Amino acid sequence: MSTKHSKAAEAYLHDDAVATRHDQTFFGVRQKRDRMAQSLPEWEDLREAASQIKKHTATHLADYLELFEQRAVANGVHVHWAQDAEEYNRIVFDILSSHGVKKVVKSKSMLTEECHLNDHLEKKGIEVVETDLGERILQLMRLAPSHIVMPALHVHREDIGDTFRKLIPDFEEIAKGYAPLGIAQPSSLDNDPTFLTYVARMHLRRQFAEAGAGMTGANFGIAETGDVVVCTNEGNADMSTSIPKLHIVSMGIEKLIPNYEAMAVFQRLLARCGTGQETTVYTSHFRGPRPGGEMHIVLVDNGRSSILGNAEHWQTLKCMRCGACMNTCPVYRRSAGYSYTYFIPGPIGVNLGMLRDPHRYYDNVSACSLCCSCDNVCPVKVDLSSQIYRWRQQLDSLGHADPMKKMMSQGMSFLFNHPAIYQGALRLSPMVNWVPAPLINLKLNPWAYGHQMMKFPNKSFHQLWKEKKL
Amino acid sequence: MKIGLFVPCYVDALYPDVGVATWRLLRSLGLDVDYPERQTCCGQPMGNAGFEKMAEPLAKKYDELFRGFDYVVAPSASCAAYVRCFHPRLLKGGECEAVGKTVDLVEFLHDVLEVKSLPARFPHKVSVHNSCHGVRELGLSSPSERNVPRFNKIIDLLGLVEGIEVVEPERPDECCGFGGMFAVEEQAVSARMGLEKVRRHIATGAEYVTGPDSSCLMHMQGVAQKQGIDGIKFIHVAQILSAGL
Repeated sequence: MSTKHSKAAEAYLHDDAVATRHDQTFFGVRQKRDRMAQSLPEWEDLREAASQIKKHTATHLADYLELFEQRAVANGVHVHWAQDAEEYNRIVFDILSSHGVKKVVKSKSMLTEECHLNDHLEKKGIEVVETDLGERILQLMRLAPSHIVMPALHVHREDIGDTFRKLIPDFEEIAKGYAPLGIAQPSSLDNDPTFLTYVARMHLRRQFAEAGAGMTGANFGIAETGDVVVCTNEGNADMSTSIPKLHIVSMGIEKLIPNYEAMAVFQRLLARCGTGQETTVYTSHFRGPRPGGEMHIVLVDNGRSSILGNAEHWQTLKCMRCGACMNTCPVYRRSAGYSYTYFIPGPIGVNLGMLRDPHRYYDNVSACSLCCSCDNVCPVKVDLSSQIYRWRQQLDSLGHADPMKKMMSQGMSFLFNHPAIYQGALRLSPMVNWVPAPLINLKLNPWAYGHQMMKFPNKSFHQLWKEKKL
Repeated sequence: MKIGLFVPCYVDALYPDVGVATWRLLRSLGLDVDYPERQTCCGQPMGNAGFEKMAEPLAKKYDELFRGFDYVVAPSASCAAYVRCFHPRLLKGGECEAVGKTVDLVEFLHDVLEVKSLPARFPHKVSVHNSCHGVRELGLSSPSERNVPRFNKIIDLLGLVEGIEVVEPERPDECCGFGGMFAVEEQAVSARMGLEKVRRHIATGAEYVTGPDSSCLMHMQGVAQKQGIDGIKFIHVAQILSAGL
């Protein structure tokens, strides 16, 4: 009885120090979020408002999308519509190639991960440089994000130093420039956070200067004005769009909100939930192209409109990708991002994976103890744990039910539906105590993996009641 | 007031003392308590495992057995929560009179009877295990995620017991990792969660861990024994509230 997730998690947990650090790091983020939540008396009202705004927008999506397009076009922006990942990748490539772009700088966008844009562009000869520090580290290490907001928090600084030295071509030249700043050379330079940040900054500045286009995601699209709002902590979205003349925005259609009154609600929730900050360091509002430049917005569906028609799972469209459900999830914290088979891990990822392709991503449905903590941190009140419960109900008809779980459930169901046999079994159950321990602790008994076997009492409650021995 | 006593399957088989403690406690409060003998299980183990259909006849049976009572009291927050939150879905809007009458023992004492004194004496230090479904489905305490006034009905009730010292562990409502078949399907994560939880309870210096769910206690006890940890004992909250009866 296991899934790809449970096996990967077991392997991950073999390194006690790594596992402990991962859990503590992300629980720390959850605690920072808690302090933010406790500091606003109107917190629960904000969550309710955010949930209602998202519901309203999702149920009027076609109208708001048309309004958004109309306003964006009036602002001088080119608007494109992509039905799926393939069309999206083609549109982006066409824009870049028609401008002769050879290198593109990107701020963080989970949508581009979803559509595998980087691979597509690189195969066609366009260099893609991630400029979010975490994403850049992972790109150099050829790793996928392990979390949607803090994608490289699982990477240790020793490995970052090593990667920079090996893979940043002008590392030595940059490192030489560090001394004139008057900062004492630390004994182990490669692993010093200030030094590594300096190297990253100098390395990325060159990339910004050389790039022919800048790409950003969109945290929010504002229908009433046609604006796109991007939240970062590093200012890399601004750098990516301030130097190259060409700006391409990739935006999932669920990122739309009606107006700036709505924006005010989400602005107060996003960073508080995501990282425990009152606000992100940079909140950038893009309304149109820079003088002499061009701005394109690609609106991507890629399955979202069919989620909207799914009565049991449409609420996932309310998600604004803050990552709070991952930070609070006791299973995510102890199994880490790579144990999940979908690129988005944690409670929201379990659900989004199933919506993407249940036959490919059903292995993640086991990664939930149904503790419901995610439901209570979610700033837009997505019913995450109930959705996972409902997916479990569908596994059997999808042909992915675990045979042993099914057999156990059938056994229990038979017993519980036949009270006389159930009571007979209760009378026999203490005999389990007489089974020799080696037989109980067989691999066949999954309870024995982590537990000592329980001892059955001599008499069940049923027997005590019948014998009036209460 | 006619009370139906629901002793969930695993409490029946493994922890009959918890059922006995609940029965004695309710009787000591002068209540008319009956135990329908044909009861078995609320269906949660199958539902959480993904076989809700197998739980449907159990939900029907549950309603037949318990609909005639004023309240159905269960010494198990998770089972009471399954009845309240999931039986309406299983019964698809059909007869589910017993659903609204089903309460966990802690809720019943705290909210319905509003007990202000108990004859119990338990001169020990206990660490409270706030189990997930008790916290987040029944509202036995304020979830740590939410900005709501702080309360804890289990601690309120334990406060009525003479001689007791009540503490909570760090991360007071983080999951212990039981989760029904989660404990066997995700063995490694479940055991790890259980071990960390046991360590946090031990770190309080308590002699006992107590809570409204024998399932969580069973899981933590099994994990502790497997690891050779014997510094702490596990006891259901009904057994403390009825101590001396």
